[in-house]
Amino acid sequence: MAKPKMTPSIDPAACQVLEFAAAVGIATAFSRASDIKPCPIGSGQSGICCKNCYMGPCRLTKDGQVGICGATVDTIAARNFARAVAAGAAAHSDHGRDLAFTLQAAALGEASGYTIRDEAKLLAVAAKHNIPTKGRAIKEIALDVANKAISEFGQQRGELSYIATAPAKRQAIWREQGIVPRGIDREAVEILHRTHMGDDQDPEHILTAALRTALADGWGGSMWATDISDILFGTPSPRVGAVNLGVLRADEVNIIVHGHEPTLSEMIVMAVQDPELIEFARAKGAKGINLAGICCTSNEIMMRQGIPSAGNFLHQELAILTGAVEAMVVDVQCIMQSLTAVASNFHTEIITTSPKVKLTGATHIEFDEHHAVEIAKDIVRRAIENYPNRRETRIPEISERVVPGFSHEYLNYMLGGYYRASFRPLNEAIAAGRIRGVAADVGCNNPSATQDREHMEIISELLKNDVLVVSTGCGAIAAGKYGFLRGEAGLERVGPGLREICETIGIPPVLHMGSCVDNSRILTVLTQMATEGGLGDDLSDIPAVGLAPEWMSEKALAIASYCVASGAYVIMGIRSPVEFSDQVTEIMSKGWESVYGGKLEFVTDAAEVVRRTLEHIDKKRVALKLPPYNPSRFGQSGDTPLRDYFELPVEEQMAELYG
Amino acid sequence: MSRYIATRAIRGANLITREAEALLNKALQEKGPDTPVAFPNTAYYLPTILGMTGREVSKLGELVPVLEHAKELLHPIPSPQCWTPYLGETLDSGMATLLAAEIIEAVRFIYGEEPGVLPGFHATGGSFTSPEFAAEGGNGTGRLNGPIDDIQLRSWGIQLVDGRMPGFAAIVGCAKSNEVAVKIVRELQKRNILIFLSGNVNGRSVIHQLMEEGVEMGYDTYIVPFGLDTLSAIYAIGFATRSALTFGGLKGGQAKDILLYNRQRVFAFVLALGEVDDLKYAAAAGAINYGFPVIADTRIPQILPTGVTTYEHVISMPFNEIEGKDDLERAEKLVQKCIETRGVKIKLAEVPIPVPYGSAFEGEVVRKKDMRVEFGGKYSRAFEYLRMVDMDQVEDGRIEVFGPDFSQVPVGGAMDLGILVEVAGRKMQRDFEPVLERQIHYFINGASGVQHIGQRDIAWIRISQAAADKGFNLRHFGDILHARFMSDFGAIVDKVQVKIITNPALHAEWLQKARAAYDFRNRRLADMTDESVEEFYTCTLCQSFAPTHLCLVSPQRLGLCGAYNYLDCAASYQINPTGPNQPVRKGMVIDREKGIYTGLNEIAQQKSQGTVQEVAMYSIMTSPMTACGCFECIVMLIPEANGVMVVSREDPSMTPAGMTFSTLAGMAGGGLQTPGVMGVGKYYLTSPKFISADGGFKRVVWMSSILKQTMAAELQAVCEREGDPDLLTKIADETICTDVDGLLAHLEAVGHPALTMDPMF
Repeated sequence: MAKPKMTPSIDPAACQVLEFAAAVGIATAFSRASDIKPCPIGSGQSGICCKNCYMGPCRLTKDGQVGICGATVDTIAARNFARAVAAGAAAHSDHGRDLAFTLQAAALGEASGYTIRDEAKLLAVAAKHNIPTKGRAIKEIALDVANKAISEFGQQRGELSYIATAPAKRQAIWREQGIVPRGIDREAVEILHRTHMGDDQDPEHILTAALRTALADGWGGSMWATDISDILFGTPSPRVGAVNLGVLRADEVNIIVHGHEPTLSEMIVMAVQDPELIEFARAKGAKGINLAGICCTSNEIMMRQGIPSAGNFLHQELAILTGAVEAMVVDVQCIMQSLTAVASNFHTEIITTSPKVKLTGATHIEFDEHHAVEIAKDIVRRAIENYPNRRETRIPEISERVVPGFSHEYLNYMLGGYYRASFRPLNEAIAAGRIRGVAADVGCNNPSATQDREHMEIISELLKNDVLVVSTGCGAIAAGKYGFLRGEAGLERVGPGLREICETIGIPPVLHMGSCVDNSRILTVLTQMATEGGLGDDLSDIPAVGLAPEWMSEKALAIASYCVASGAYVIMGIRSPVEFSDQVTEIMSKGWESVYGGKLEFVTDAAEVVRRTLEHIDKKRVALKLPPYNPSRFGQSGDTPLRDYFELPVEEQMAELYG
Repeated sequence: MSRYIATRAIRGANLITREAEALLNKALQEKGPDTPVAFPNTAYYLPTILGMTGREVSKLGELVPVLEHAKELLHPIPSPQCWTPYLGETLDSGMATLLAAEIIEAVRFIYGEEPGVLPGFHATGGSFTSPEFAAEGGNGTGRLNGPIDDIQLRSWGIQLVDGRMPGFAAIVGCAKSNEVAVKIVRELQKRNILIFLSGNVNGRSVIHQLMEEGVEMGYDTYIVPFGLDTLSAIYAIGFATRSALTFGGLKGGQAKDILLYNRQRVFAFVLALGEVDDLKYAAAAGAINYGFPVIADTRIPQILPTGVTTYEHVISMPFNEIEGKDDLERAEKLVQKCIETRGVKIKLAEVPIPVPYGSAFEGEVVRKKDMRVEFGGKYSRAFEYLRMVDMDQVEDGRIEVFGPDFSQVPVGGAMDLGILVEVAGRKMQRDFEPVLERQIHYFINGASGVQHIGQRDIAWIRISQAAADKGFNLRHFGDILHARFMSDFGAIVDKVQVKIITNPALHAEWLQKARAAYDFRNRRLADMTDESVEEFYTCTLCQSFAPTHLCLVSPQRLGLCGAYNYLDCAASYQINPTGPNQPVRKGMVIDREKGIYTGLNEIAQQKSQGTVQEVAMYSIMTSPMTACGCFECIVMLIPEANGVMVVSREDPSMTPAGMTFSTLAGMAGGGLQTPGVMGVGKYYLTSPKFISADGGFKRVVWMSSILKQTMAAELQAVCEREGDPDLLTKIADETICTDVDGLLAHLEAVGHPALTMDPMF
C-alpha cells in the first residue's frame, strides 16, 4: 500500500488516526485515493466516455471525434451531467418522500414516537401550500400536508407548489424557459429517458432539462424534506454542540449514526436517554451511552438536539479506527462500502437500517417508522451488548465546540426578536457594506484534495473580506472543526464590518444552516432577502455566491444546478466533469448567466475561487448601486473597542466613565 | 447588541420582571383581582400592553397573563464562551422590561404612588386634565407628570405631523452638571423637540437638576418630567404607542405595525445621561424595538449597524471626549449627534435675538411677577397688522421703531404697541394677508421670555424681566418677524419690513387703518362660499401619521385640526406647489345637499388608498369625512335625541354617549369612515354648511361647556342665523347632564328644536 503522496487532511485528529491506520495497514479512503487515480476520460478532463448503450462504451479523446451512434463530445458531456443531476435529485427527493410518509403515519397516529413537534412550522408550511388551517385539528392539517407532499412526487402535470414561493421575477424566468418542474419523480425519470440511447442529443436542450430536474429537487424534494423534518423534529435554533473525533468517550458506549435522514436517528436520540438502557450500559461496565453523528445525519441531530458530531464524510472510517465505536448505524447516502472492511478489524458493528441500503458484512435491522421506538431501542441494546468486546481505544483528544442551528426562521428571529423579526438588518448590513456579500460554502469532502483545506482556505479568506459565510453539509462540519462556528471567531477572524455584525447579533461568522438537503433553506433565505427589499427583487440580484470546493457526490451537482437555475453563481472545486466539452462549459457559464443570472464554473485553486467570488459580489454591488466595499469605514462598534476598558477595576472604569 | 449590552440588558430584564411579579402578587393579595387599574385620562388602557398584546387591561387580575407573556420573552444571559446569538433575545427581554415596567406603574397607581412626588415641584400651566395633581403642585408637594394624557397627545398631534415638533427625546438619568442639563434641554427646546425626563443616577435626576436651575417644566414648555426612576420612562413608550393608535389607525395587538410605525414616523431617541445600569440597558433594549436609538454621554459599547433602528442603534459619546471649548459646547454637540442619529429633520430659522428661540417656548407663560412690561390686555392696547404693498415700497429687512422704547415704563407696567408688517412678493396675494398675519402669534411666542396671546387688535404681549435683562427690546419683534417670514414663507414673500409703533398719534392712526382692514377681510371671507369657488383643497399633511386620511378643505369647512382654513391651504399651495395642499376640482355634482362631488370622491379614493369611496362634505350620516386624530371636536350622533353632541378635545368629562372624548376619538380617528361620528375643527360649528344635509346647527343637543364659553359670541350669531336666538341655552352640556336620560329630560324641558325635526336616519 502506497503512502499518501499529499497531506491527507488539515485536521490533526484525522492525521493522528491515519498514522495509526498506516502503521497497522488498514486501508482508508485516504490511502485508496492515492492508489487510484481518477480516470481522466471518465472524469471528463482529457476525454469523455459514454456508456449509455452497449455499442460502446465510447471513449472520445480527440476534437471532432464522435461515438458509434454519432454522439458528439458535447452531447455526451451534457448527457452525463444530466444523469448525475437526476441521480442527485432522486437521492434528495427520495429522502423527502420518506419523511412525507413518516409525517403521514404520524398524522394518522400510526407511528409511535413521532409527533408534530413544531406546530407553528406546520401551519406556516400549510399556508405555503394553500392548505386551510383555521379551526382544524393539528393532525388533520398534518395529514393534508403529508398527502400534498406525497402527491407532488407522483404529480404529472402543472407546477410544484413551492415554485410559487420564489420571487415573482424568478418564477417568470422559469416559466419563460419552460423549466418549472411538473412532478418530482417525473423530471428524474424524464432525464433517464432523454439520455437513453437515441433520444435527446442537443446539448443545450439536455442541460435545460437537467435544470428542471434540479429545480424539482431544490424547490421540491429537498424543500419538502427540510420542512417536514422541521415539522416532525422541530425547527432548528442555535444550540451548543461539538465536533470531531474527540467527542467519542473512552468510558461510555459510543454509538454513531451516519447518513442523511433524521427519522431513525431522532428515535435513537430518545433511546439513548432511556433510563433502562443507561442502566443496562452501566451493567455492562460503561459509564453511559454516548451518541454522535457523522455526515448529514449528524447535522440533522446536532442542530436540533445538540448531539455532537464525530466529523464529516471522510471521518466515517476514522471513527471506527478509534476502536471506541460499539455500533455505527447508517441509513442512506455517502456510506462507504469499506465500513465493514474497516470494522472487521475492531468490535464495531455496522448496522444498516434503510430498506434501500444493505452492505455485505453488515447487520441489517430494517427501519420502519411504524415501530421506530422499538427498533431504535433494539439497536442501542445491541451496541451496549457489544461494549464488553471493546479493546484498546485511540480517541484523539481533539474536538471543538460549535453553535449550529441557523434555520431561516431563526435568522428572521435573531435579527429582530419576536416582535420585530425581519431580514432588514441583514439587508442593511449588506447595503451599507459592513457585509460585503454572502457566500454559501457547502458540500462534501473529497480525498483527491487535502481534507477540509479548500473549505478552510476559502472560508478564512472570505471572512477577512467581510463576506458572511453560510454553510451546510460536510462543509459546515469542517468549519466547525476549526472554530468558525463559535461566536469568538466573529471577533477575531473576520473583517471589521462583519465583526460589527457578528458582535451585534452574537453570531459566528459562519452560519451552520443544516444538512445538504437543507440547501433549500438557503433558497428560502435568499428569497426572503430579495423580498425584504434593498437588494433587488430577484435571487440573482443579491451579492451572493455558492461554493462547493471539495464536492464528490452527484447530489452536489443537483444542488449546484438548482442554485444556478435560481440565479446563483456557483463555483465547484476538484475538477470539471464537462471540461472536455468547450460548448457545454460555455453553456453552463456564459449561456446560463445570460438567461438565469447564475452560472456554474469549476475552479480548483482556492485563491482563484476567492478572487472570483469577491469579483462577482462586487459586480452585484455595483449593479445594485451600493457603495463600494470599504472596510476602513467600519469597526467602531461592539465590545471589542472597549476590551481594555472593561478589564479595568470598577473604580477606574467609573473614573473614566465620561472619557 | 454587543454581548456586554446583551448581558446587562437581559440581566436587568430578568430582575425587573421578577420585581413586577412580586409587586403584582402583593397587590393581588392586598387589593384583589377586580381592583381597577388605569392610567389617567387615556382611552388606551395601559397603552404599551394594549399595543403589544392587544389586551385591554382594566382590572388587576388581567395583568397576570401579561406578566406571563413578559416572562416568556425573557432569556438567559449569553455565556462567556461559545455563546448563542443574543440580539433577538435581548430585544425580547427589552420588550419584557417594557411590559413589566407598565405593570409596575399600573400597580403603583393603585397604591397612589404614581405620579411620583417631588417636594417643591410645580408644573407650568398645569394640566387641565389632571387638575387634582396640579393643585397639589401649588402647595409645594408637587406630583411629577406621570403618563401624558390623550388630550395632550392629540393637541400636540398637528405639530408632530406638520414637522413643527420633530419628535421627542427621552432623557434618562442625570447630566454631568446642572449647567449641562440646562444646556441640553435648551438645545432640544430650540429645535422644538419634546423632552421627556425620567430616571436618576445615584438618586439624582435630571429633573432635580432642572428644578434647581429654575427651568420651567410642564406641557407648556415641552418638558415633561415623568418620574425620578427609570421605570417612568415607560410613559414615553406609552406615548409612542398611542401615537400609532391615535394617528396611524392601528389597533391594539398590531404589535409589529405599531413598532414599525414608530420606527418610520416618530422621530424619537433615548438620551442616557450618566452611568447606565442594568435596568437602563434593559429599557433601552425595549426602546430599540420601537426603532428608537440610544445615545449615551458615557463610555459604553456602541452598536452602529442599522436595521432594527433606521440609523445606528447605540451611540456612545463619552462627554469629556466630545470636542468643544467647554461643557456647554460639548452639550450642544451631544444634542446635534442625537438628532443626526435619529435623522430628525429640523427646519431651524436663525433668529438674531438675545434670548433662546424655538417653538418649544411658544407655550411659555410670563407671570405678572416675572414681567418687565406688557402690551395690550387690561391696561394698554396692542394690535398687529400685516399688509401687502408694492415691491418698491418695501426695503427688505428694514425695522423701524416709531416712538419710545419701554425703558421709561416702570417694571410691571404697560404701554401701547402696534406691529405693522409690510410684505411684498410676486406671488403674494391680498387673500394671504390674514394667513400670514396669524403667524405673528406663533413667531413672537417662540422667543424665550416672551408671551403672546390673541391676534389683531386684541393682541396681548408680555416681556419677562429675564428677557429684558438679556437685552430684548422692541426692535427684536421686527428681527423675529423678518427672519421667520423670510424662512417660512419665502415662496410667496420676497421682502419684509416691520414698523413697531408706540408713538400715540401714529398708533391711533394705524389702529384705525388696521381695523378697516380687519373689517374688509371679515366680509371677504364671509362672502366666500363653497358654491362661489370651483376648487377645494386637499390636505394630506397628516398622511405621514395617518396614511389613509385626507382632509378636504372648502371655504365653509376648515380642516379638522383648526389650523388650516381655505385660505391657509391656498397660501400653502403657493408656497409649496407639490406639498400637502393641492387644489382639487369639485367635478360633477352627485348630491348638492350632502355635498357629494365626483372630483372629491376620486381624490378621496386615490389619497385614502381605496379605503374611502365617497365623501359627503355636509353630512355626518352619509359618507362623513374621515379624520386623522388631531381634531378639535368630535361630533357624534345621539340617536335617542335625534341630534348630535359636540365634544371638545379639552373636555375630559363623560358625555351622553357613555364615552369620554378619548374613547370617542378612537372611533373618529385613524382615517376610518364611521357614519354618525366625525372629527371637526371647532369653527366648522359656525359654518352654514355645518352638517347642513342633516339639519345643521339645530341638531346640536349637547356641547362641552368649554366651547359654549370660549365661542359664545360666534355661536350666538349662529343661533340667530338659524332663527332660534335662544338655541345656545337649550343645548345641554356636561354641567347639565352626562347621560341620555338626563339629556332627553333637559331637551324636553327647554323645548329643543331637534326633538321635532325629521328623523336623522
